[in-house]
Amino acid sequence: MAENDNLGNLLARRGISRRTFLKFCTALASSMALSPSMVPAMAESLAKAKRQSVIWLSFQECTGCTESLTRSSQPSIESLIFDFISLDYHHTLQAASGFQAEEAREQAMAEHKGKYLLIVDGSIPVAENGVYSTIAGMTNLQMLEDAAKGAMAIVAVGTCAAYGGLPKARPNPTGAVSVTDLIDDKPIINIPGCPPIGEVITGVLAHFLTFGAIPELDTVGRPKAFYGETIHDRCYRRTFYDQGLFAETFDDEGARKGWCLYKLGCKGPVTYNSCATTKWNQETSFPIESGHGCIGCSQPDFWDMGGIYEAVSEPLTDLRGPAVTAVVAGAAAGVAVAAMNKQSKQSAKDRHFKVSSETLDEELKK
Amino acid sequence: MDTALLIWAKSTGLQWATIIMLLGLTMRVIQILLLGRATDLSEARNSDVMSAGIKTIFRRFVPPQGMLQKGLLVYLSGYIFHIGFFIVLLFFVPHIQLIDSTLGISWPGLRSSLIDAITVVTLLALIVLLLHRVWNPVLKLLSTPEDYLTWALTFLPLLTGYMAYHHMLFEYNTMLALHVLSVEALMIAIPFSKLSHMVTLFLARWYNGAIAGRKGVQS
Repeated sequence: MAENDNLGNLLARRGISRRTFLKFCTALASSMALSPSMVPAMAESLAKAKRQSVIWLSFQECTGCTESLTRSSQPSIESLIFDFISLDYHHTLQAASGFQAEEAREQAMAEHKGKYLLIVDGSIPVAENGVYSTIAGMTNLQMLEDAAKGAMAIVAVGTCAAYGGLPKARPNPTGAVSVTDLIDDKPIINIPGCPPIGEVITGVLAHFLTFGAIPELDTVGRPKAFYGETIHDRCYRRTFYDQGLFAETFDDEGARKGWCLYKLGCKGPVTYNSCATTKWNQETSFPIESGHGCIGCSQPDFWDMGGIYEAVSEPLTDLRGPAVTAVVAGAAAGVAVAAMNKQSKQSAKDRHFKVSSETLDEELKK
Repeated sequence: MDTALLIWAKSTGLQWATIIMLLGLTMRVIQILLLGRATDLSEARNSDVMSAGIKTIFRRFVPPQGMLQKGLLVYLSGYIFHIGFFIVLLFFVPHIQLIDSTLGISWPGLRSSLIDAITVVTLLALIVLLLHRVWNPVLKLLSTPEDYLTWALTFLPLLTGYMAYHHMLFEYNTMLALHVLSVEALMIAIPFSKLSHMVTLFLARWYNGAIAGRKGVQS
């Protein structure tokens, strides 16, 4: 693909009709809550988009995010957009290895300085100066700092890059942190999820290619278009929650009837993501549709939010032990205070003496 | 969307609030019980002192004759907010789930829409009581800062719960964290304020009934 090629030409070569492309743009605009009047401009802008240089850094991660993006079972416009970008460095996908791979990264950083998009997946270990994860002898920390300098914007893909994710779970032995914990002078888009929905990753890339800017973000850096509502609010089982109909176990009558999974630990109420609307595997389904509660993977610190099968309202700590201790200590304190009360009552009694009018007269004369 | 705040509220915060509430309440009840009373040397006119005390505990739930007409608004609002508070606390499914996970006991809950409506009514009853406190010159004079503080501590858990459910003001997780924190503030204040009546009212009513019963009169 030529350096000055555009997305419209690529799609035409791959047999994507303009009608299909417009439909894609309409769906994209609607999923991002953009006005329908934006669609023609968006299509035009996207079709004219030039190849964007992308450097993809993988740190403490499991490659699930890349899998989510690349494992679509049929070629879609989303995957073609992914094909379209100039992926100059990606451990898993690039053919080069060793020093040649690192050279490609350095070359891209120098050639597209200030213009490349930096995608990061995986958290960055900072304990012991970052020695827990190195690439070609370079710590993740160093590599991120170097690459971030020349980036136009950074996309933190997956919960590990966005919020620290699994590596950051207590007790966090590697001192794992997120991209936002380290970089504060570049626009950063968080696309959390374990993994994030492929369409959401490409949706954000498409937005970037169309408008050359980052989409509107929420308080934890996620595009509002995709993370604006909770799973619970868009869940098709929500009506059962409102009616008070819950599955008590995974194989009871309630579970068979598709009732709400709140009591079985569904984290839908506290999880902002678009699984319930965008869905997975070419819009086939999402976890709750297969009978399992949401585990809350797109939230910061989701691994420390309690067991997967514990309801949202359950305490995260043992209360019985401290309660018994408190009652015993309270009883002891009560007895002690009562003893002190008795003592002061007794001493008041001891100090008590009878006063006669003569004594008072003498007191007055003094 | 402060998950860290929610995690703290649901772990360390809740643990400390439970400890302080139970320690304080046990201490105060034991202290009251060990106060002791001077021996009554007179002959008891009614030997069944215990049941006289227990009867009074329940009799005092009903307003004395004529009082309902005199203070209808206060009585009604008082009943509504107390009953509403307990229904919301004990029959909202997530609350039952919390009790089940802590104490291992559970019961059927009410549908969320009904709990929602009861919350609104309870909040309104509390607002009526506050307005009465502010507008009634005598009651206003008698009110101390503690009265307003305990009102706020009772009002906030209901309000934050309602707001969290309806995604008002903040995102759900932040509001939920504030809801849990407001409950913890209430728990901590219980032993050290007039809110301790939730336990001591039974002691006080029993005692009043018992001494009256001993004298052979109804209390």
